[in-house]
Amino acid sequence: MTRKATFDRRRFLLTGAALGCTAAASPFMTPVSLAAAPWDMRLVVIILRGGMDGLDVVQPYGDPAFAGLRGNALKVGEAAGAADLDGFFALHPALAPLMPLWAAGELSFAHAVSTPYRDKRSHFDGQDLLEAGTADVPGGAAGRDGWLNRMLQAVPGLEPETAYAIGREDLLILKGTAPVANWAPGTRLALSPQAELLLNRIYEQDPLFHAASEEALRLTGELAAAGSLEDAGPDMAAMQSMMEAATTGGGHLRVAEFAVNRLRADTRVAAFSINGWDTHRGQSQGLGRALAQLSDTILALKLGLGPVWGKTAVLAMTEFGRTARENGTGGTDHGTGGAMLMAGGAVRGGLVHRDWPGMGEGDLYAGRDLMPTADVRSYAAAAMRELLGLDRATLEDAIFPGLDMSGIGKVIL
Amino acid sequence: MTLDPTLAAIRFGTGRSPRIPDPQGADAMLAALAGQDRMAAAYPIPAFTSLFPAIAEIKQVNDRRRAGTASKADLDRKSALRRELQARQWDLTRQTLARGLDTDDGLRERLTWFWADHFTVLGKSTDTRAGVSIFAEEAIRPHVAGRFSDMLRAVVKHPMMLLYLDQSASVGPNSAFARTRPARGLNENLAREVLELHTLGVGGSYGQDDVRELAELFAGLTGNAINGFSFNENRGEPGPETVLGRNYGRRKPKLEDVEQVLDDLAVHPDTARHIARKLAVHFVSDQPDAELVAALEAAFLETGGDLGAVTGTLLAHPSATRPRLQKAKQPTDFIVSSLRALGMTGQEMAEMDPKAFKRLVLRPLEMMGQPWQNPSGPDGWPEEAEAWITPQGLAVRITWAMGLQRHFGGDMPDPRAFVATALGDMASEQLVFAAGAAETRGDGVGIVLASPEFQRR
Repeated sequence: MTRKATFDRRRFLLTGAALGCTAAASPFMTPVSLAAAPWDMRLVVIILRGGMDGLDVVQPYGDPAFAGLRGNALKVGEAAGAADLDGFFALHPALAPLMPLWAAGELSFAHAVSTPYRDKRSHFDGQDLLEAGTADVPGGAAGRDGWLNRMLQAVPGLEPETAYAIGREDLLILKGTAPVANWAPGTRLALSPQAELLLNRIYEQDPLFHAASEEALRLTGELAAAGSLEDAGPDMAAMQSMMEAATTGGGHLRVAEFAVNRLRADTRVAAFSINGWDTHRGQSQGLGRALAQLSDTILALKLGLGPVWGKTAVLAMTEFGRTARENGTGGTDHGTGGAMLMAGGAVRGGLVHRDWPGMGEGDLYAGRDLMPTADVRSYAAAAMRELLGLDRATLEDAIFPGLDMSGIGKVIL
Repeated sequence: MTLDPTLAAIRFGTGRSPRIPDPQGADAMLAALAGQDRMAAAYPIPAFTSLFPAIAEIKQVNDRRRAGTASKADLDRKSALRRELQARQWDLTRQTLARGLDTDDGLRERLTWFWADHFTVLGKSTDTRAGVSIFAEEAIRPHVAGRFSDMLRAVVKHPMMLLYLDQSASVGPNSAFARTRPARGLNENLAREVLELHTLGVGGSYGQDDVRELAELFAGLTGNAINGFSFNENRGEPGPETVLGRNYGRRKPKLEDVEQVLDDLAVHPDTARHIARKLAVHFVSDQPDAELVAALEAAFLETGGDLGAVTGTLLAHPSATRPRLQKAKQPTDFIVSSLRALGMTGQEMAEMDPKAFKRLVLRPLEMMGQPWQNPSGPDGWPEEAEAWITPQGLAVRITWAMGLQRHFGGDMPDPRAFVATALGDMASEQLVFAAGAAETRGDGVGIVLASPEFQRR
């Protein structure tokens, strides 16, 4: 009961924000919390690059046609070590460490989902579309923005630290006019005051360098103040230690650790990616490795976030699913419908959302792929509506243009 | 407008050097490109076959291990071979980068980097990582001023590509081979990327059926790091196959049919458009002028994909000779041009202690977002300046540049002279001032290298 009351209060607060109250104007915000977002919930989006085989991760072993499509090199179902979820689906053995979350109602999936991307099955266009959140492949690099950034645009008065893009790649999903922070764990920037002054001056002539250096200096300052950085001198020694930190294994865990540190402070939204899902060959090993990283990451977030985990939703999404049939080399090729994962104490867990299309010959998309029956964006939209209080019109018009999110069940507690 | 020598070195070469004069314009660059490949001779990279003995021996140990007959000596030997192959990857990396430091034919290096990225391969295991440099040497470098169709053929037949995009495991579903092993069949990875990335482009006029039929045509292509390339009729799919509306092959699978479809794809108008745009984007601007792209496309089509002619058109085009620097150097280009400007020789690079090389080059590359020969997918590295000049990426570039004093010690040049060495008349007044106003030589040099002028091209 206590828990429910907390959530109601939170939702009330959020509705205030979505109606356009700035943090400063909200009666629920004290001046001290000005730097923070107008909500207390945490949203983490993980982009799974390479096309995760949703049919192997959340195996529809209750579908009579499924066994006929798999089973040569790709063994499925409980007999192959997968854990039953609901009598119809079973979870890949490499995600077994997440079964306690399933049991605790902190893990759910959406199946037979896809972006609106069809037929060309290109990773790169598929990922662009997934992160842009649009119905068509976005155009050139200039002027593109991502759906998480458009979500932030809908909430006025946010500080850049509200949202973090983490890692060494440039994440489209958080790009756009709303200010966000971009950083990678292990990065240092230390300059003498004179060097900083001179660099500032020469960067003024180039807006891209100017913006990047300003943000780098600001973030290093803030991260150092937050105590997550050692004081580093401007020399190769500092460089050396940051390089060492970056090249030892477990990069995904350092990303998770960095996310935890931020999310426990003023950050409310974090995005990063996990690669390695393009399992054309030897899928049973390759997918296991990628799933272990995903599972580690989620467990690290839960562990690190502690009490904040209860206010957190993690969405893991991929650009497309893979072929229903395994191919001739123990893997699967690029497909269409797939699965999405949701985890967190705020998630309505213990279920697989789906409008199952079946896997018989006539049920497959183009005779080869799982038929998508829901837009994967609807689940992200539903999560943001329920978690952050965003209204449906903003979600369907501004954040995911052209999306129809009707018919999507409740995804957040 | 003709190509200014300073701009030629920066935009189309590996940067300016205190030791080596700038190329004297477009004609000089093209003449050097048409001449001897002196850097390949000075810093040789061995043939792919040079890896075979070690990899074959590792496989024998693995086989014995599986059979339960491997001795302790076997396993020690395997570890030693692995270490040796790993060391070889770094040797070849130093050889590759040394060329950029010493060359007076920088266009050849830059074209090799560009085309090796266009045809990205990764070493999927420690054993084959040294093969990435070798792939570029064998399949890319000989063709950068030659015919695109020859490069495409060489790439698709190279074991590194066949291994990377899983072609070597693919077999025709109706092949003789599959008749006795019904679980084996097609893998469409390479066929898709040949259409999407290597030739027509994702906007090109192909569909899923073309991917599938091309994969069937490719089924006989096999290659590994023990025996090299071969066309295995047994694994080939009985034809004919239809790709983009044209039939290839007959019942009996043949390598000539694969070569035929590659030759057709290589000169397809969609390919011309795709390659033209990629070249313009890589060398000139993330948003290239439409006329530049059109000129490159026309040159490609008119010459049937003569890359020497297309490169000549690029260097002569007005939008390639404009002084405004629009591109951001990728980390490899940034590091090589920095070390070149500081006067490091190829010999010094080639002989650098592995630990120092890691500290000075490999780890910084990774932190700048470009782990050496390890992009996340077959589309290679991103082009847009925004992908590289991120807060985290720029922080690493600045820290690296400001820390070079540690490596070069007393050999650091006077920053006031260095700004001219590195940038000639491309340095802004503010930068010339800043180079002289820094507190130490190391800071002054670092500021020049961290400047927008130096990091752009």
